[in-house]
Amino acid sequence: MEAVHEHDHGHDHPSGIMRWVTTTNHKDIGTMYLWFSFTMFLVGGVMALVIRAELFQPGLQVVEPEFFNQMTTLHGLIMVFGAIMPAFVGFANWQIPMMIGAPDMAFPRMNNWSFWLLPPAAMLLVISMFVPGGSAGVGWTLYAPLTVQQGMGMDLVIFAVHILGMSSIMGSINIITTILNMRAPGMTMMKMPLFVWTWLITAYLLIAAMPVLAGAVTMTLTDRHFGTNFFNAAGGGDPVLFQHIFWFFGHPEVYIIAIPAFGVVSQVLPAFSRKPLFGYASMVYATASIAILSFLVWAHHMYTVGMPVEAQLYYMFATMLIAVPTGVKVFNWVATMWKGSLTFETPMLFAIGFLFLFTLGGFTGLVLSLTPVDVQLHDTYYVVAHFHYVMVAGALFSAFAGVYFWLPKWIGKMYDEKLGKLHFWLSIIFFNVTFFVQHFSGLAGMPRRIPDYALQFADFNMISSIGAFGFGLSQLLFLYILVKAIRSGEKAPEKPWEGADTLEWTHLPTPAPYHSFETPPTVK
Amino acid sequence: MRLKAFLRLLGSGAALLLPAVAVAEWRLNLKPAATAIGRDIYDLHTLVMIIITVIFIGVFGFMFYAIVKHRKSVGHKAEQFHESTTVEIIWTVIPVFILIGMAWPATKALLTLRDTSAPDMTIKVTGYQWKWGYEYLDDGIQFYSTLATPREQIQGDDEKGENYLLEVDNPLVVPVGKKVRILTTANDVLHAWFVQELAVKQDAIPGFIRDTWFRAERTGTFRGQCAELCGKEHGFMPIVVKVVSEDDYRGWVETKKAGTAVKAFDPGKTYSVAELRSTGEGVYNTHCVACHQTDGGGMPPTFPAITGGKIATGPTTGHIDIVVNGSKKNPMMAAWGPQLTDVEIAAVITYQRNALGNALGDAVQPGAIAAARK
Repeated sequence: MEAVHEHDHGHDHPSGIMRWVTTTNHKDIGTMYLWFSFTMFLVGGVMALVIRAELFQPGLQVVEPEFFNQMTTLHGLIMVFGAIMPAFVGFANWQIPMMIGAPDMAFPRMNNWSFWLLPPAAMLLVISMFVPGGSAGVGWTLYAPLTVQQGMGMDLVIFAVHILGMSSIMGSINIITTILNMRAPGMTMMKMPLFVWTWLITAYLLIAAMPVLAGAVTMTLTDRHFGTNFFNAAGGGDPVLFQHIFWFFGHPEVYIIAIPAFGVVSQVLPAFSRKPLFGYASMVYATASIAILSFLVWAHHMYTVGMPVEAQLYYMFATMLIAVPTGVKVFNWVATMWKGSLTFETPMLFAIGFLFLFTLGGFTGLVLSLTPVDVQLHDTYYVVAHFHYVMVAGALFSAFAGVYFWLPKWIGKMYDEKLGKLHFWLSIIFFNVTFFVQHFSGLAGMPRRIPDYALQFADFNMISSIGAFGFGLSQLLFLYILVKAIRSGEKAPEKPWEGADTLEWTHLPTPAPYHSFETPPTVK
Repeated sequence: MRLKAFLRLLGSGAALLLPAVAVAEWRLNLKPAATAIGRDIYDLHTLVMIIITVIFIGVFGFMFYAIVKHRKSVGHKAEQFHESTTVEIIWTVIPVFILIGMAWPATKALLTLRDTSAPDMTIKVTGYQWKWGYEYLDDGIQFYSTLATPREQIQGDDEKGENYLLEVDNPLVVPVGKKVRILTTANDVLHAWFVQELAVKQDAIPGFIRDTWFRAERTGTFRGQCAELCGKEHGFMPIVVKVVSEDDYRGWVETKKAGTAVKAFDPGKTYSVAELRSTGEGVYNTHCVACHQTDGGGMPPTFPAITGGKIATGPTTGHIDIVVNGSKKNPMMAAWGPQLTDVEIAAVITYQRNALGNALGDAVQPGAIAAARK
């Protein structure tokens, strides 16, 4: 060990672009994940604005229907796989070693590779728009047999999904190994910060779910090119089989996105309430229950495919059951704030925004869990509104909370608090202008994924489009805040948040050193 | 209320700026149902909305109280309490009972919704890219139902009509008060037959037959749309169901049958180019226009042009083959053999070869199609 310390090769790493290409440092890789994610967020956001521009008024004005379908497909895939998932892997890379008292991740070289798989996958998705016939116009759910009709853009999308899946699996192996083996002495499992717990559970979900998706898209590929007929009814295949496989991945995927978001919020709320998390143990158990249940409810996305009524009843009851552990989490968060000493810096505002709007998305989820009601609302804008409350006001707001919360620790400088708060208020107002009205369009029966609509839906769509452009532009403010903080932010105090009590705040200087803990701290 | 008024202002302000947009009604809930099960679902939805609103106000009442009263800026000191098994058990068990309260009516509604037994009549609904095919299994009627909204309205060259995108050439007609069983299937990709006021949404899956049902309680016209992404014209294959009295239905069945008889061409006859061309124009505008476009220009490379197209101006055998059997290279070109009659195929091929900028002068006769089918 001493020999290693005398010749600390960690500090003579290459500079310039090669530093980033060859880096095995968890902080560098975390930074790259976060910037990649933000870039993809802007790309996917522009696609959302193309969709909303077309839907601003009835009639076809901006794009052709095929291109519209490609936009909905790529927007979904890029936001899920390119923006939200890498954002939380970025947090995991930065935070897990610091929060458990480790020097780095367990497999630094694999860590490098799991990041560098992402840019080629993103390139494939973007390039798919420019090949003959354009990208896949099938929706992010990639339902067969429409996938068989697509041009070569579909194949590029399939390869992109393969690569993204490999990246996720390697990232998960790394996270699990790090958490199970590299905790500081005294940090038992039930002393780990909740963010670490949520990522441990999420990593298991990823390892179980991603290979299933890889199987589904591989079968799609062989159906397209190698004469198999897994899903193609014309050759005796079963299109519904694809949906079962896809949603066996797809429902856990929802929690792969949501559970790390729960973790971030579970760090931020206690810090700004100056009060410990109300029910740490029950939060851990609730998260694990949600993860297990997430594998048992997939066919609630398929209430209208014509399953036997007994199956529909089972999926309805199992789905409703998820409300119980989710409720436990919400009650615990509110109880954490109760009788605290609250302050409302930007991370706290986004965490409260998350709590309020994610719960609203949870409630509409409960409405949709009831099969007879879902028959009226399935594949309408009500569902679009529902999952954007969970994905945007849930996961994205939580990621914003995390960035504002940890940025001082990461770069040693403060962001502009006034602008941060402005970013929050613009985001939450425009988010609701965009998506709240979509509940009404859905209740009135407007199907999703249509480029043009009947006149009765005109007003709500116009409001929604105005909100979407406001929301999109507000995110440029976030970019400005980040750049300003990095270039000319005030020096951050050693512990900018009074109530923060995890290892990265109590045992490391600000900004955190390149190698987090060279000697492990002792946790009591 | 203020928010609604604000939204209304925003909407009407925008509508003033853009006079093409009609100010539609502000519907904030499900449409009133025309079936008993539809009303049950409506009530179930209302019940759940009441429950979640009460819980929402309760939980976030606590949160906003804490935000106002327990803030540092009013000098509140944090108490350090945490962990309480009793409280955790309470807020785990109570929701379970609330959920059971919701599950009971939902189960009852679901069992009724899925009981397709003992129908008065059965209609087979087939989803095509991009139209619906209806087959009355009891009365032996069969027809296609396609979008009736003119392309000019969609492209913005003409003012949009009242039922923009929700109007078809041949609506489904059913008698009031009868239990209608709907069998769904599809010819190419997934579709979904969705009419909200009848509380029906059933996926149409190629290779499989699924069923659902409705019993309309009042006469009227009910409009719906395809609800499962099925390709580029997914937004343009509406459903119109006309519910009429038993007498009117019988009358409609008679006219429909007579109409079919009059229109039936003689497949053995030899037709002139002009005859085939005029019939073919109708077939083209119903079945081909979505991809190959009104002017025959298509949308290359996926949807090739008819005007000057290699196949459309090549030998008739190749032209007949691709229309009857579809394309092996391009899966977007469906096989029309099973959907259209010999006369319709002969007519549309003749139309394509003698219109849309093509002038080959040859007529393809129904007999040639019958031969190609073998």
